[in-house]
Amino acid sequence: MAANKVRLYICTGCGIGEALDAAALGAIAAQEYGAQVVTHPHLCGPEGGTLIREEREREGCQRLAIAACSGRVNAEVFTLDQTLVERINLREQVAWCHEPATEETQALATDQVRMGLVKLQKSDFPEPAPAVSQERVLVVGGGIAGLTAALEVANAGREVTLLEREPVLGGWLANFAYISPSTPPYREPQVPPLAEKVRAVQAHPRVQVLLGAEIEKAAGEPGAFAVTYKQNGNSAELGAAAIVLATGWEPYDATKLGHLGYGVSPNVITGVELEAELKNGGARLVNGRAPESVVFVQCAGSRDENHLPYCSSVCCQASLKQALLLRQQFPQANVFILHKDIRTPGQYEEFYKRVQEDPQIFFLRGEVASVAPDGGNLLVSATDTQLGRSVAVQADLVVLATGIVPRAAATLNLDYRQGPDVPSQHYCFADSNFICWPYETQRTGIFAAGCVREPQSVAGCIEDAAGAGLRAAQAVTLIKEGAALHPRVGDLYYPTFFLQRCTQCKRCTEECPFGALDEDAKGTPQLNANRCRRCGVCMGACPERLVSFKNYSIDIITSMIKAIEVPEDEDIQRILVLACENDAYPALDLAGARHSKYSAAVRTISLRCLGSTNVVFIADAVSRGIDGVLLLGCKYGDDYQCHFIKGSELASKRMDNVRETLGRLRVEPERVRLEQVTMDDWDRLPRLLDDFAAELADLGPNPYKGF
Amino acid sequence: MASADIVVVGGGMAGLSAALEAAECGYSVALLEKEPFLGGRVMRMHRFFPKLCPPTCGLELYFRRLKTNPRVQYYTQATVQNVRGGRGAFMVDVLQSPRFVATDKCTACGECLAVCPAERSDDFNYGLGRTNAIYLPHQMAMPNKYAIDSAACLGQSCAKCVAVCPYGAIDLAEKPQTFALAAKSIVLASGWQPYDGDNLAESLGYGRLPGVVNNVTFERLAAGEGPTGGKLLRPGDGKEIQSIAFVQCAGSRDENHLPYCSAVCCLGSLKQATYVRERVPSAQVHVFFIDARCPGRYEDFYRKVAADPLVKTWRGKVAKVTRDEGTGALTVEADDSLTGHKTRATVDMVVLATGTDPAPARQALPGLGLAFDAFGFVLPDGLPGVHPAGVAKHPMDVAQSVRDGTGAALRAIQDVVGG
Repeated sequence: MAANKVRLYICTGCGIGEALDAAALGAIAAQEYGAQVVTHPHLCGPEGGTLIREEREREGCQRLAIAACSGRVNAEVFTLDQTLVERINLREQVAWCHEPATEETQALATDQVRMGLVKLQKSDFPEPAPAVSQERVLVVGGGIAGLTAALEVANAGREVTLLEREPVLGGWLANFAYISPSTPPYREPQVPPLAEKVRAVQAHPRVQVLLGAEIEKAAGEPGAFAVTYKQNGNSAELGAAAIVLATGWEPYDATKLGHLGYGVSPNVITGVELEAELKNGGARLVNGRAPESVVFVQCAGSRDENHLPYCSSVCCQASLKQALLLRQQFPQANVFILHKDIRTPGQYEEFYKRVQEDPQIFFLRGEVASVAPDGGNLLVSATDTQLGRSVAVQADLVVLATGIVPRAAATLNLDYRQGPDVPSQHYCFADSNFICWPYETQRTGIFAAGCVREPQSVAGCIEDAAGAGLRAAQAVTLIKEGAALHPRVGDLYYPTFFLQRCTQCKRCTEECPFGALDEDAKGTPQLNANRCRRCGVCMGACPERLVSFKNYSIDIITSMIKAIEVPEDEDIQRILVLACENDAYPALDLAGARHSKYSAAVRTISLRCLGSTNVVFIADAVSRGIDGVLLLGCKYGDDYQCHFIKGSELASKRMDNVRETLGRLRVEPERVRLEQVTMDDWDRLPRLLDDFAAELADLGPNPYKGF
Repeated sequence: MASADIVVVGGGMAGLSAALEAAECGYSVALLEKEPFLGGRVMRMHRFFPKLCPPTCGLELYFRRLKTNPRVQYYTQATVQNVRGGRGAFMVDVLQSPRFVATDKCTACGECLAVCPAERSDDFNYGLGRTNAIYLPHQMAMPNKYAIDSAACLGQSCAKCVAVCPYGAIDLAEKPQTFALAAKSIVLASGWQPYDGDNLAESLGYGRLPGVVNNVTFERLAAGEGPTGGKLLRPGDGKEIQSIAFVQCAGSRDENHLPYCSAVCCLGSLKQATYVRERVPSAQVHVFFIDARCPGRYEDFYRKVAADPLVKTWRGKVAKVTRDEGTGALTVEADDSLTGHKTRATVDMVVLATGTDPAPARQALPGLGLAFDAFGFVLPDGLPGVHPAGVAKHPMDVAQSVRDGTGAALRAIQDVVGG
């Protein structure tokens, strides 16, 4: 097959022309790759952009290489319809960070051009993704978050099914007469905005409500979820394109709080129990009399390593509200709020101040040690943690502000090879662990909202639900176009598996961070393309090298590695850097933008994720005589920053295989190293690269050099 | 006349989120930012809590999405002069101040820097340090193009940059542009500004005592590309700090200043405590809280930082900061709410955890009768077709601003589809 025709534009602006011999680069491109070459002094300027477009129109060449600045800048200038564009970084990572007009810098630029052209020739246009059938958004959970999500999505023009396991809508909020205030003047408890939401949902022409329904199985993928649910004893099926998980919370099991008197005395109750009493006519009398002393015990089971280590976020506000309501019901009562910190963020501070104005509500800071019967009353003993001083308060009624526990498990019953639940990073919450994209669960097309995602107030749930609803509606749109969701949003490429060679080793199905792959009876992977986030972890995992994207494959990357010219002179080093495109590669660009100098032996290939590193990349590099390979990926561990959750961690685990391969090749293991970097590391990277080069120099040349 | 389905006012985290999420749903968006770069306040932060990851990591992805999405048109140095109409049919008059550097020609090569003789205070670094009158706001600036500060530039009489620019990108005669934008919906994400520390000069020494800085400035001191290269040096005498006190609720939860809680400062100071412990491993850190407000899983972060033996947490409101003229040492005095006694800590630097002030919202949409609460936060359901998002609405952290911006996008889409 004749190589695909390519056209190379070399920009000589920004010092590239002074640092490099552009004509020599062009000559090699023409000679080795048959490229038509155009050199221009200001390619990103209006004239350059026009020139490229006019020539694209006239010549019809669909493969353009732009050897200029980093692909991270000027994307708008160099993006053309129906055209494959490969950006070759001669500015930030060549001209700006290496000695100008030297042999080594020129050699680096030449290799960069070769790698870019090889990639371009071997890349192809995406094939349309398999068509999907569904456009409906399924909202699971009919509490305030689910109701809001359903309503907001329906109002934006999408069809919605709201599925609730109880026979009525409303969730926990239906038990609440009042909530803490979220509108000015933020001083008095408010009636929750529930009834009008329920009415609006029930009346909405685009919302189908399923009550008393539980999901038996959710199979398929975004755009084509097939959800089996049970309602009134019958199983039925519905189709959905995206899912909002709003299954809410349940109170922490107070029977585990015996030391706080729960179950010991009937007058020790939970905040949720008090809430129901307040809603249904008022709080209980104690021994037939109005209580004279009520103690609220905050963080009952929350902020406690033995129970819930996290803060449940809403209990302070809830107790403040309940204290006020109790004082209205029992004007003689004294109310004590025992707390570690009062957490009333934002304008809720006004409500806290309002409650403090009540002369019979007292705030005591301390850690409650025990609640025990004392005569006919209760004695609440607390320790001031800082002073070691004990305090004791007599109470008729004790209210335990028990925390909230997410209800994420066993709700969707996903028919996924990796299991039925949305994986949780922390304490069973279905959160994303990302600050910048909070709604992505580890299951594509499923977005969590409300207390199942994190503990939050009613107002917080309402805000949260709109956001998760947006992401679900957006998923419907993108999937229909065959495009990837976050973080490679809009990417039209997806992986294909050449299954004839598959050995059913299951590495891909086990390692996919998003559970995109199922297995048939024999264990052969079955891709659900719309569950895929296009990270290429499967491509890195596969020992048979049978996973590829049309523009990103084992063949493309190994061909790029093979395009690196390894000099026979043993004193001239070559180092391959495999850099994650999300943090490591941009950090290298930033180092270049500051004109930080580092070894010109470095040849960088940008990867979608370090998790897509296949051991063959390293084996090929080393067996070609490249002196060392440095893998630069995102941080892993508890506070991982990998955009694909565990890509960089998987890459680090594969280093064992790498060492084995190196041993087989009789090459020192020190020649391959993995480093975790962040965007902040632009100042550390040049030194890191130079140090690696120095260590490789100490090891001496790669024994395969010259073979 | 330009038009878009949705106009987003403010290019910080909430505004960027709203703009990109709406565009990725298929709607056209015009994003207006008053500064010469996008990213807002987060762009100036060193790290985020609780993961201690750099904001540039997230912004890199945000900017990539922006650059590759033709549905978002963004305008920097752009402010709204007037808005007419209502939901489904707004007309937004925009004033775009001159950058004096053509963004389609500038390559950020930096040739101009070497010849520019004029200087200006570096507002990106909150006035710590100076830049040339022609400057790249930040190494990650979006757009990655230079700008000229007309207040500092010597103008046509100098014009050295014009002569040296290889790409003819500089036009010192550029005039302000006005244009009208038709839109069906508006997202107001005007963000916040740090509470004015001058109001804390008397009590807490801000602006009066060298070594007393606010929390946003401390982010720049810790940043590798900041004015000190990430060294924690005391402004004034440049001493590398060995001890530090964080004063929480500096102007927040205070009837004389901001009555509300700014919701992010506790975690912000705990995060900054980690900068100190990382940079100066022997340094002693004091944090003076009224209450430590670290909701949800942030409690893990609080527990981790507070467990550090060199991080001492106190409960009590700081009443006074004084300075020893001889040594420059600062003494923080608080009423300990646990003991009722006065506590004191003498340190090299004091960071005031000043709160978030939504003041930019007041001028953000002239012509519209927006409804505000007593503190200046925009009421969410005050005006059909206008959706406040982020700190314009109430104090919130970055993650919540992302979520709120995302939710605002959905509400804006409802205006577009008429739902």
